[in-house]
Amino acid sequence: MTLDEFKAACAALAADAPAQIAAVADLDAWTALRNALVGRASGRLTDIMATLPQLPKEDRREAGQAANAVKLEVEALLTARESGLSAAAKSGGDLDLTMPERRRWVGAAHPVSQVIDEITEIFRELGFTIALGPEAEHTWYNFQALNFPDDHPAMDLHDTLYLQGDLVLRTHTSPVQVRTLQQYAPPIRILAPGNVHRRDPFDASHAPTFAQVEGLVVDEGITFADLKATLTHFANRFFGSTRTRFRPSYFPFTEPSAEMDVLCGVCKGSGCSVCKNSGWVEILGSGMVHPAVIESAGLDSTKYTGWAFGLGPARTALARHGIPDIRILYDSDVRFLEQFAR
Amino acid sequence: MNISHEWLKTLVPHTRSADEVRDLLTAHVATVEGFEHTRAELASFVIARVMESEKIPDTKLSFNKVDDGSGTLLEVVCGAPNVTVGTMYPFARTGTTMPAGLVIEKRKIRGFTSNGMLCSARELGLGQDHDGILPIETAAAPGTPLLDVLPISDVRIVVDVLPNRPDLLSHRGVAREVSALTGVAMVEPADWTAAVAVPAPVVGDASATAGGVTVRLDDREGCPRYGAAIIRGVKVGPSPEWLVKRLEAIGSRSINNVVDATNYLLHGFGHPMHAFDLSKLEGSTIVVRRAAAGETLTTLDGTERKLTTGMLVIADAAHATAVAGVMGGRESEVTDATTDILLEVASFHAGLVRSGRRALGLSTDASYRFERGVDDAALPELLARGAAYIAEIAGGTVETKLLVGAAPAPRARVSFAPSRVARLLGDAVPADEVVALLTSIGFDVQGSGDALSVAAPTWRHDVSRDVDLVEEIARLRGYDRLPDTLTGARPGNVPDHPLHTVGRRVRDALVAAGLLEVRPLPFTTQRAESQARVLNPLAQDEAYLRLDLLDTLSRRAEYNLNRMQGNVRLFEVGTAFLAGSGAESVGGEEIRVAALLMGASRPPHFTEPKPPAFDAWDAKALATRVAQAAWPGATIEFAEAVRDGADQCLWTVAVDGSVRGHVSALTSLDAPNWASPAFGVELTLGAMPVAYVAPKGEHRYVSAATSGPAVAPVRYVPLPAMPAAEFDLALLVPTHIAAAAVEALIRNTAGELLESVVVFDEYRGKGLPEGTRSVGWRLTFRHPERTLRDKEIEGRRAMLLKTLEKELSVVPRSA
Ligand SMILES: [Zn+2]
Repeated sequence: MTLDEFKAACAALAADAPAQIAAVADLDAWTALRNALVGRASGRLTDIMATLPQLPKEDRREAGQAANAVKLEVEALLTARESGLSAAAKSGGDLDLTMPERRRWVGAAHPVSQVIDEITEIFRELGFTIALGPEAEHTWYNFQALNFPDDHPAMDLHDTLYLQGDLVLRTHTSPVQVRTLQQYAPPIRILAPGNVHRRDPFDASHAPTFAQVEGLVVDEGITFADLKATLTHFANRFFGSTRTRFRPSYFPFTEPSAEMDVLCGVCKGSGCSVCKNSGWVEILGSGMVHPAVIESAGLDSTKYTGWAFGLGPARTALARHGIPDIRILYDSDVRFLEQFAR
Repeated sequence: MNISHEWLKTLVPHTRSADEVRDLLTAHVATVEGFEHTRAELASFVIARVMESEKIPDTKLSFNKVDDGSGTLLEVVCGAPNVTVGTMYPFARTGTTMPAGLVIEKRKIRGFTSNGMLCSARELGLGQDHDGILPIETAAAPGTPLLDVLPISDVRIVVDVLPNRPDLLSHRGVAREVSALTGVAMVEPADWTAAVAVPAPVVGDASATAGGVTVRLDDREGCPRYGAAIIRGVKVGPSPEWLVKRLEAIGSRSINNVVDATNYLLHGFGHPMHAFDLSKLEGSTIVVRRAAAGETLTTLDGTERKLTTGMLVIADAAHATAVAGVMGGRESEVTDATTDILLEVASFHAGLVRSGRRALGLSTDASYRFERGVDDAALPELLARGAAYIAEIAGGTVETKLLVGAAPAPRARVSFAPSRVARLLGDAVPADEVVALLTSIGFDVQGSGDALSVAAPTWRHDVSRDVDLVEEIARLRGYDRLPDTLTGARPGNVPDHPLHTVGRRVRDALVAAGLLEVRPLPFTTQRAESQARVLNPLAQDEAYLRLDLLDTLSRRAEYNLNRMQGNVRLFEVGTAFLAGSGAESVGGEEIRVAALLMGASRPPHFTEPKPPAFDAWDAKALATRVAQAAWPGATIEFAEAVRDGADQCLWTVAVDGSVRGHVSALTSLDAPNWASPAFGVELTLGAMPVAYVAPKGEHRYVSAATSGPAVAPVRYVPLPAMPAAEFDLALLVPTHIAAAAVEALIRNTAGELLESVVVFDEYRGKGLPEGTRSVGWRLTFRHPERTLRDKEIEGRRAMLLKTLEKELSVVPRSA
C-alpha cells in the first residue's frame, strides 16, 4: 500500500457516499448505511484506516489527515440526512412544505404613536429631550401664562372643556412650555408630546381629544433663523426632501408667529383637492417665544429668546395612511390596529 | 373675511391678478383659505351674432343662423321675440350646462335643428328680465367668452383673519396692506360721486340735541363715543346694480338700499353701522345705557329676547331698541315705509359686546368686529361717509349729525431700536428700511438711528412691545426672505421625563408580546362619588373623566365584540384622573399602563385548530412582563386579592414591596355568550402632578441634575462549571394549602445548593384522596466545585419529604 493508493481509497469513499446517503429511505436503512460507511466494526473507512500501519512512517500523518477529512464530510452528510428523515417520520411521512408557518399574534403601536415616535426620533438627533405635563391643567398655565388676553376672541380659537375649581382640560401642549421654563434654566431644548382636549363635536375631521407635539427652544441668541432652519430640517427628514413655506400667523404666545407648510405630496404644488388647490399642506404652527411667556416663568426676556412649535400628528397619520375619518383612530377595532404592525 | 377682487381694486387700483393678490396676502398678511371665481358657471358661455333670422310659421319661434366664431354658421331655434339680425347675444353651445342645471343638446324643434341656445338675462342668472334674449353691445369678436365681455365676473378671496388683526375685516383694511406691498397708493372708491353735502356734526360731551333729535350717553364706559346722522326724505327701495353686485361678490344678499349701504360700509370700511327708522324712536331720542331688569327686545331676526341687567343697549325715550354692537330691534327696523333715518356709527366696549352676544347666543358681523376692535378714531369720517352714501343711494337730505362723547386717547408710543431686529430674526435690517416698512402700513415713526419711537395706527390693536414691530418687519419683508441657517446648539438642561422613558419601554414590550395599542377618548360615565366631571361636556352621557384605563379598554373590547371580533388584545399607556375632594375635582393624575386579553391566545394553525383561549395565567405573565419592562431588576410579587367592584380582582401586583396595580377577570364586560372570558392588567407607572411648578411668574431651578443611568446594570453570573443533579417531587397537596407555601418550605429546607424549584405539573381528580391535588415540582441542585453524589441528593429528598409532612401534612403522591 502506498500513500497514493490510500488517498485513492479515501477519495472513492467520498465520491460514493453522497449518492448512497441521499438514496436512504428510512431510519433503519440510514443506520445500516452509516455502519457500512463509517461503522467502527466493519465500515469502509475503518477498513481503509486499518491499512495505515502498512504505509511508510513519514506518510502516515498525511494519510491520517486525508482519512479524517473524508470522515468529517461523510458524517456531516449522514447527520443532515438523519434530521430530514426523523422530521418526515414525525409528520407521518411526507412533509408538505407549502403548508403555512405557525404564527403568533402581531402587536402594533397605534398609527398616531408611530408618527410621534418618528418626530421624536428626528428631534432627538438635534439634542431635544422629552418633557411631559398634566392633562387637567390650571387656567393660568393654559392661558394667562401664555399671554392670552383675558376674555378675548383669541380664546374662541380654543373651545375649552372646563373642570371644577381652577382647572380645565388643557387645550394645547403649550402649558408644558411654561412648566418647563419655571423648572429648568436655559438652554432648553424639549419636545412635549401629549393629549389635548377641545369642545369639538366628534366628527370625521374633529375629535374632542387628540395628540399634539410641542417643541420649545430657549437660550441666549436664539433667532427666527434657528426656527426656520430646524423646522425645515425636520420637514425634509420627515417627508423626504421637500420644500417648506412660512407664512404669518397668530398665537398669543409667539411673536412673530408663523405657519409652516410643505409642498403638497399629492400634486407636488400644482394644486389638487388634498391641498384645496393651494399646492401646500399646513404642517405646524410656530413662532418666536413671546417675551411675556419667558417672563411668566420668572426668566429674563432681555437675556433669553426662543422658538416653539406645535403640530398635530393625527392629521399626518390620516394623510399618510389614507384614513378618511378620524374616528377610526379611536374605535380601536383590532382589524384596523393590526394593519399597523411592522 | 370675504374680499372681492374688483371691490378691492376700487380702493387700491393695482394691476396684479387675483392669483397674485392671493399669494401676496398669504405670504405677508393673512392666509387666503378660499379662492373662488364668481359666475364660474358662466365660464363656458360665449357671445354670438345672429346673421339670418326667419319666423317659423304658426309659432312664436324663429329659425336663425348664428356666428359663434367657429367658422361655420350654426342653425339655432329661438323663442324670444327680440331676435335681431346683426346683434350679439350670449350663446350656449351644445354641451353647455345652464346655471339651472340643464345641459344644452342638439335637438329637433318643429322639424328644424337647433345647435345651441341664445340666452336671456334670467337664464344666465343675471336678473329677472325675461322679455327676451340679452343684447350685448361690444366690439369683441363672436366666440369671445361672455365673461370677458360683460363686467360681471369677480374673484372672491376668502382671508382667514385671526383675532389679532380685526383691521383686516374690511376691504379698506386689506387694501392698506396691498397698497404697502405693491406701492400703489389708495384712492377714494370710484363707486361714489361724493356729491352729497354733509353738515359738520353738533358735538356734545355726554349728550347733544340737534334737528329735533337727542343723543345721551348714560354709560360712558360702555359707549365712549356715539355718532348719529339724521337723513330725512329717504326712499327705501332696491339697490343700484353695482351695489347688489358688490354684496353678491362677497356672498351677501341685497335687502334694500339703506341696509345694503350699511353693509357696504361695514365690509368696505370695517365699522358696523345701524340704521333706525327715526319715526319709531320714541321722543326722537337715543339713550345708551344698561338694560333694566325684566326688559325684553324683539331683535331683527324676530326672536323676543330677555335682556340681562349687565347688557349694553340702545334705547329710545321709553324702551330698549337695540343690543349695542350686536343686533337692532325689529320695532325700529328700516322698512319700505321708512322716510327718516337715524344712522348710528358708534364705539362700544369690546368686552360688553362680547358678554352681550354671549348671553344672547348671537354672533353677528357687527359683534364680531366690535369684540375684536374697530378703528374708533375713524368714527367721524365714517359717520360722514355713511350719511353721504345713504343719501346718495336712497335719496334724502343729511339734515344733522351729532357726535357725543370723547375721541380715543392717542396711541402709546413704543421705543424701538432697529438693531434689535437682528436679535430676533437673525438678520440685520437697515434702519431706513425699518422706517420705510413701518410707515408703509400706517405706523408713525419718530426719532432716528437706533432710537425710534413708534405709534401704531388707530386701526391696529395688537402692537404694544418691540417684538410686535419686529413681526411687522418680518412679515412685510417676507418670512421666506429671512435666513435659515442651521447652527450648533448648546445641549439642553432638561432630562427626559422618566414617565416618557418608562412608557416607551412598556409600549415596546407590549407590542413585542403581540398586543395592539389604542389611543381612545378618556371620557366615561359616572363610576364614583367624587369623580372628576367636565362642566360643559359635549355629550351628557360621557361627562366624566375616567378613573382607570381598564374602564376604557373594556368599552373598546365591547366595541370589537359588537363587530364579531372576539380575539381582542389591546393596551394603552395613558392618563387616569383620580377622584378629588372639594373644589378641585381632579385629585391628581397618574400615567398608567393597562392591557386587556380576550379570545384565542394565538392564531389557529393546522397543527392546532383550536388554540387555547387567554386565561388568568396569560394575564399574570403579561403583568410580569410589563412590570419587568417598567422596573427592570425590581422584585415583582403577586398577592391574591379580593377587590370591591364589578370585576373580579385576581392578584394585586407589588413592585419592590409597594402595590402598583392588579390583574383582574373582567367579569363586568357586556359580552355575548360566544365570547371568551376577558382579563385585564393595570399598573400605575407614576404620578403626573397637577400642582404649580412655582408660583405664577416665578422660576424654580436648583441645579442641573446629572443623573446616571436610571436602571442599575445587570450583574454577570458565572456560568456553572459542574453538572447539576435533579429530582422531581410529586406531592399530594391539600386544597387549602397554597402551592406558594409548599414551594417556600422547599426553598427554606433544601439548603444552599438548591438552584431552582419549578412547578411542572398539577393534577386534580380521580385517584386522589378527597380534598387533595397532586402538584409536581422539579428541584435542581448544583455544587459550585464538584459533582454531587447520589447519596447527597437522596439525603436531601428524604429530609424535604419529612419536613413537608411534618409542617404542612404534604406527602408524596406515590406513598
Ligand atoms: Zn395638492
